[in-house]
Amino acid sequence: MSTLVLLTMTGLGLGALYFLIASGLSLIFGLMDVLNFAHGALLSIGAYGTWWAASGNLPGAGPGGAGFVLAVLFGTAVGTAAAVLLELAVVRPLYTRPREQVLATVGVGLAVPALLSGIWGPDARTFPGPEALSGTFGLLGAQVPVNRLVLIAAAVVVLVALRLFLGRTRHGLVVRAGVEDRAMVTALGIDVRRAFTLVFAIGGCAAALGGALGGLYFGSVDPRQGTSLLIFAFVVVVTGGMGSVTGAAVASVVIGLVQQFANYYTAAGLGDLAVVVLLAALLLIRPRGLTGRLA
Amino acid sequence: MTEQPLLDVTDLRVLIGGRHILHGVGLDVAGHGVTALLGRNGAGKTTTVRGILGLVPRSGSVRLDGEETVALPTHALVRRGIGYAPEDRGVFAGLTVAENLRLAERRGAGEPAYALVHELFPELKQRARQLAGTLSGGQQQMVAIGRTLLNTNRLIIADEPTKGLAPKVVTEVAQVLERAAEAVPVLLVEQNLAVVRRLAAHCVVLADGRTAHRGPADELLGDAEAARRLLGVGHGPLTPHTAEADS
Amino acid sequence: MSTPTTETHERTEGPVTPAPRAGTPRLLRWWPAAVLLLLVVAPFSAVPVPGLLDGPLGSAGSLQLLATCLLFGALATGYDLLLGRTGLLSFGHALYFASGSYATNVFLLEAGLPFALAAVLGLLFGIALALVLGSVSLRVTGIGFSMVTLAFAQAGSILVSRNPGGITGGEEGRAAPAGLLPSWLVGIDHTANLYWIALAYLVLTLSVVAWAVRSPTGRVWEGIKENERRVEVLGLKPYGFKLTAFVVAGALAALGGIVHLLLTGGSTPQTTTSDFTLSLLVMVVLGGSGTRWGPMVGGILYTWADHRLGDLAGSGTVADLPAVLRVPLSQPLFLLGVLFVAVVHLLPGGLARLPSRLRAVAHRKETADQ
Repeated sequence: MSTLVLLTMTGLGLGALYFLIASGLSLIFGLMDVLNFAHGALLSIGAYGTWWAASGNLPGAGPGGAGFVLAVLFGTAVGTAAAVLLELAVVRPLYTRPREQVLATVGVGLAVPALLSGIWGPDARTFPGPEALSGTFGLLGAQVPVNRLVLIAAAVVVLVALRLFLGRTRHGLVVRAGVEDRAMVTALGIDVRRAFTLVFAIGGCAAALGGALGGLYFGSVDPRQGTSLLIFAFVVVVTGGMGSVTGAAVASVVIGLVQQFANYYTAAGLGDLAVVVLLAALLLIRPRGLTGRLA
Repeated sequence: MTEQPLLDVTDLRVLIGGRHILHGVGLDVAGHGVTALLGRNGAGKTTTVRGILGLVPRSGSVRLDGEETVALPTHALVRRGIGYAPEDRGVFAGLTVAENLRLAERRGAGEPAYALVHELFPELKQRARQLAGTLSGGQQQMVAIGRTLLNTNRLIIADEPTKGLAPKVVTEVAQVLERAAEAVPVLLVEQNLAVVRRLAAHCVVLADGRTAHRGPADELLGDAEAARRLLGVGHGPLTPHTAEADS
Repeated sequence: MSTPTTETHERTEGPVTPAPRAGTPRLLRWWPAAVLLLLVVAPFSAVPVPGLLDGPLGSAGSLQLLATCLLFGALATGYDLLLGRTGLLSFGHALYFASGSYATNVFLLEAGLPFALAAVLGLLFGIALALVLGSVSLRVTGIGFSMVTLAFAQAGSILVSRNPGGITGGEEGRAAPAGLLPSWLVGIDHTANLYWIALAYLVLTLSVVAWAVRSPTGRVWEGIKENERRVEVLGLKPYGFKLTAFVVAGALAALGGIVHLLLTGGSTPQTTTSDFTLSLLVMVVLGGSGTRWGPMVGGILYTWADHRLGDLAGSGTVADLPAVLRVPLSQPLFLLGVLFVAVVHLLPGGLARLPSRLRAVAHRKETADQ
């Protein structure tokens, strides 16, 4: 029983991390038809930003309490800024060449981890975190690490915030409409390119937050972390339906759980394999994703 | 036409996938009433409209009230006062009726005229919270036209607004356009010649991506031989195209 | 009186100037043969190439690097059969390359087969894999196809790193058994032979691609790349043609994997990763997708730059630089990533388009001057 609980919570924590990456990826793809290969790099930037700040480099920030919150905010802000820069400087000039947009993000996705490993070395760095978050708590007889709960809570907050943004604000309305028919949005007199920058900012913010909290989950940061998570985020995006935030949330949970349970109960690594094969199978059965609609 | 036209298009060319779709269309829309854009299927009517709006890459000259707009992106041109109801209606299926209308609200284009839209299309008010994708074709067309009436526009462009609609709804849509045209000039792409005869004062006929004829609408429709040659309609009384014939 | 004189003067000068220009292309058409000849005799040369290579041209180190460059030039050319000729963006090309290398190696190690037989079986394995996975992947189009190929390649990568039954060697990879390889392919003294094999592989790939794109099938590929719907309208089924491209490209990649096995003396899991496919993508776009020589040039340049930048990073010149310059310069992947983004932005069509662009600029300048 306790193993079951631990596996479930770990799977949900992993799913939460996937959701933080995949939600932005899904919105960006839905609105702009750009599969952002640099999204993992944004996560890494958030992770390193937080690590840098929490290691005592940012005045006021530190590994504990309010200092850690500040470090997370700093990392998230840096990741968001990087995402905006990416959209404005790399993606936007290629507006009329969709395939080149994808290629350009591939280039950024290669360059950023290399730069990070150039600055801080290729090896994993221990991630500092508050005492309170490094412990465990009892749940139905299992000792569950607290950081799982932090990730799940963050993902729920992001999900609710995104749903409110999409459902209740004019910018959210523009994004939803743009996912359906970008040209018609411009034909209503709306500059849809501003929505592009916005979804990149939102996606970068969520991914960078994922990086900051993922540091807690993994206990360390390394330059390749984001890129290796990206493939599973792709699985989530396709499973959940391109452009659908709710779909991404459901798919994240499913993928996280399947992966954890399969890795534990069958050979190690088979869970990863199962998930990747699931992606191929899903695409073949339903090429447009499961829901295909934004909600 | 001695006064300056509201919209003056000259030598509009559109190149898609290396192929010329338009080879230099010229047309003008008068400052009042309905100007019809006619032509057989494939003559380039919809491409012309999309070219004017910048929804397809184009060259040439598009002057709105004397201002050259061919270099403007679509949204900037629309903000200068254009309401556009596209051929496929362009309704956002996953958004509610109310959201579809709210999206069309433009800042600086007057208070959104919900009273007018709801007066013309009471159904849109009743179905405000319904997803637009679940509406009938006629209701979707009401949303599309409603969006063009919401703002204070200088020009309305309606691309085949009666296409595929039941005869009763065609009459309804024509009535609304007639009323709209009292306040705002309309560029109307239309296959239904009965609607053209009823609404349009001027017409422009396209053939093979070029302007083939311009002139008063009644003159063209009164000349059976010219109408047959330019529009491909049969001899004798001008029978309106039916929905089946179009699709 | 002076006006007509000027006219006649111009008229006589007119036809004279283009004459030598018309002559040069005829000679230039033979440049590939000349380059090939130079490449064939390169191992016999002791000419130092300072800056480009560490040792003299014919030294084992230089030949090893040159062979790797040629191998990747060929790989990129084969990959472009999908990207630049058929318009298929595959993210899983590494799988077919790695399958050629690993399958051959496993046949050698586990079954103890002679090399020639193992290589043939390895190649067949790669072709069969491309046929099966290609026929499945091509059921979806657009970015969906890219992601299915990515998924399959990732599955392969995970399998290899998990080392099922100890046959792949996991993260370490597996060295080829020197005892089972022909002696003329083993050891530093025989690097020239490996170099010639890589060169032959490049020539073969270039020939196959050039022949294939000019065949009737190649013209359909071009149609699919431009507009798949129009091909359907003509009554042709794109699926079979795309699968043909996929299998041919897969076979060339598997063959490349076998050459790589010989060249590096083993199979390594790095060749299974999506990063490996992405680097092929970078090579192709860098050199010029859809051109005859572009992908090859891109592959050679990328591989050379990757090696040389790695050496540069370790050199004293870079170590003495301030951190702002040292850090980016010490990361070949960073430089290549940035270069790639720059090429995508500033040089659509890649390096292959550069001469014609320069000519266009020069021509514009000429006309402006006149």
